[in-house]
Amino acid sequence: MADEKPRVITRREILKGAGVAAAAVSGAVAAPSTVAPSTVAPSAPAHAAAQRATPLEALTAQEADLLDLITARLIPSDALGPGAREAQAVRYVDRALAGALASSRDAYRSGLAAFDRYCRMSRGKPFAELAPVDQDSVLIDVETGAATGAGAGFAGSSAQFFAMVLNHTRQGMFGDPYYGGNANFVGWDLLGYPGVRTQVTAADQQALERNQLKPNRRSAYDNEMFNKATASAASEGSHHAD
Amino acid sequence: MPIRLKDTDVVVIGLGMAGGTAVLPLAQAGIEVVGLEAGSWLTRRDFAPDELRNNVRGWPMAVHKTDGEAPTVRPNSSSPTTRGGHPMMNGVGGTGLHYWAQHWRLNPWDFKVVSETTRRYGASRIPRGSTVEDWPFGYDELEPYYDKIEYEVGVSGQAGNVNGKIDARGNKFEAPRRREYPMPPLRWTAFHDKMAATARTLGWHPFPGPAAINSRPYQNRSGCMYHGFCNTGGCHVDAKNSTNVTTIPRAQATGRLKVVTHAIVTSIEVDAQSRAVGVNYLADNTEYFQPAKVVLLASYTYENVRLLLLSKSKAFPRGLANNHGQVGRHYLSHHQGAGVSALFPFDLKCWYGLPAQGVAVDNWADDNFDHAGLDFVGGGNLWVMSDRRPIAASGMNTFGMAPSWGSQWKAFVKENADRSHNAYIQKTTLPYEENYLDLDPEVKDPLGFPVIRITAEFKENERKIAAFCQDKMEQWYRAAGAVQIQRAPVGGAMTASTHAYGGTRMGNNAETNVVDRWGFAHEVPNLGIVGASVMGTSGAHNPTHTVQALSWRTAEHLAKNWKQIAT
Repeated sequence: MADEKPRVITRREILKGAGVAAAAVSGAVAAPSTVAPSTVAPSAPAHAAAQRATPLEALTAQEADLLDLITARLIPSDALGPGAREAQAVRYVDRALAGALASSRDAYRSGLAAFDRYCRMSRGKPFAELAPVDQDSVLIDVETGAATGAGAGFAGSSAQFFAMVLNHTRQGMFGDPYYGGNANFVGWDLLGYPGVRTQVTAADQQALERNQLKPNRRSAYDNEMFNKATASAASEGSHHAD
Repeated sequence: MPIRLKDTDVVVIGLGMAGGTAVLPLAQAGIEVVGLEAGSWLTRRDFAPDELRNNVRGWPMAVHKTDGEAPTVRPNSSSPTTRGGHPMMNGVGGTGLHYWAQHWRLNPWDFKVVSETTRRYGASRIPRGSTVEDWPFGYDELEPYYDKIEYEVGVSGQAGNVNGKIDARGNKFEAPRRREYPMPPLRWTAFHDKMAATARTLGWHPFPGPAAINSRPYQNRSGCMYHGFCNTGGCHVDAKNSTNVTTIPRAQATGRLKVVTHAIVTSIEVDAQSRAVGVNYLADNTEYFQPAKVVLLASYTYENVRLLLLSKSKAFPRGLANNHGQVGRHYLSHHQGAGVSALFPFDLKCWYGLPAQGVAVDNWADDNFDHAGLDFVGGGNLWVMSDRRPIAASGMNTFGMAPSWGSQWKAFVKENADRSHNAYIQKTTLPYEENYLDLDPEVKDPLGFPVIRITAEFKENERKIAAFCQDKMEQWYRAAGAVQIQRAPVGGAMTASTHAYGGTRMGNNAETNVVDRWGFAHEVPNLGIVGASVMGTSGAHNPTHTVQALSWRTAEHLAKNWKQIAT
């Protein structure tokens, strides 16, 4: 409503406003990790960490690094264009876990730890040290539920964890950039989605049909008319209306 | 003890599409109305084109009373229950805030399923176990109210039958209407044109469906912007004609409607003479009693039934207006699943538009075709619309041609994200003895009250209609060039639905119906009930227009007969 007070202030908004040093913040939000630091391979995760432009809000650095490697296989960067890593899908997931998806925080903590254990047990190496084709075979085990009950310790079926991660990765790839993912609109470009607009005239539709509609590279919230106050609040309900 | 508030003439429970409509004829007639709404006021500032917030995260900006009251579901009384979500929402305007806004009149056959089926095919064609009855009146009696709603709130469409004169641009199967729609239909895209042309080559009669959305400025509100976020999204220019921008503000302008938001009604009170005397509600952790001469129950089907069953008293030990055991009976949820998906070898350009902007075919709906050689009654409305958003597109059906992640998947969605289409097929659904609503014996809402339990499944007649309609839809898609087709299962358990009917059915017979032909309870003469819970059949089209027409009619009847009903 017009006079609504912001009810939810995310850590990110506080950070933006206060300009708090990243080091202090990562210390403040770091949760005890179940992924031992020594298990982190030097190469790829270091690359991911170097890419991280903004401090983490919910995930630990180790969790974020592993998740980055996973999402980079789910939607890979390849000859067809950028993937989930370039979209910063992990930034989306991390911010969401500090807000709207906070109820999934534990599922990520235990799921990523189980994923790491499963990888070492079944392949003898951490995920980061596997070749892409072997990484994919691990992901197939997790996707199909085959990684369940092998001592890795997935809470429930590993398939549940996989479905959650895939779902959130897609959200981070194809959602509005306001939420931290879909960086440089790479997700929308992949699908050929010409962007969020507040008006699509008959002429716009005709231009689209002639492949001549210029993509609109804007977040919905670049329009001043929309209230941002509740955009990151949580609600688990899924409402469908017709 | 609850705080006793000042008396009012009418208290309306729920300000959605039913209650939000009824308040206007009441206020215009000089009647003082208090409208109790569990949700809040939302405005166009809350309606960003944001798929994550609207479609994925389920409206975090709204009140979610319904989530805590989501019904439990089981297909039959010997199966265990499961619990899903609640598909409706709370707010002034109700689910009308984000519904698709297809605004159909029912077909005359829908009012007379029993007599017309018997006349044309014999009584044995009524499906076994069905409790279907003819409505207490026919289409003609509701026509003036359909017309009223079309002009009061604004409906866009192409008439197909004005006073018996058929217009081939519209639906030739529609019943006579007294005049054209107040606005022309929503525009079509090239894909709509293609599908319509294809339907004509099959000998069918395609037409643009009606929508409670402005196709041009109407009543000082904007025309549609076609931006693609109408499905489960509110309108940022107020072009969607939900009651929060139409009938409710007009009722408020009379000075006789008081809107109370964040109010959770917990029971309807009666006196020793079995007359309703008011309602109890909770707001800001305080209990209130709102006395009223007439109570109008206008929440959703599940909540209408629940509130009656929870309102027990000496006179009504099994729940209010339930001494004949009919509250919760004759329940049905519209068979709108069992869709068909298609993949085309070309882009459809469906990124913008809205679900109400579509091509309809009614050749296979209701009794518009001869069922003599068939083994079911009723049919379905075939609907092809323009509705696509990026996250949903990324979850598209891959038709078995690609995995769901990795480079192969990426290549598939890059090529096909705008090439798939899902048909929406609404089908005749009948009530059955075995399908009903009652209170769940175990599951409670956050206040400790039992939630509704749905015991219902789609029966043979509904599944046969579904398979028949899927054949027709596949024929249409293939003729238009589709290269892959997938059909959803034809139907099992009826889960909580946006099209939920019955439970407080309308009929002359008090033994089998809760409300009379005007919408007032047989057992409680000053308790009116509005919403699809009074409807005994679904037809093959969306319920909201009929819900609004019935609400206006019930309210007008109350205003005209105020003394008899209120005293």
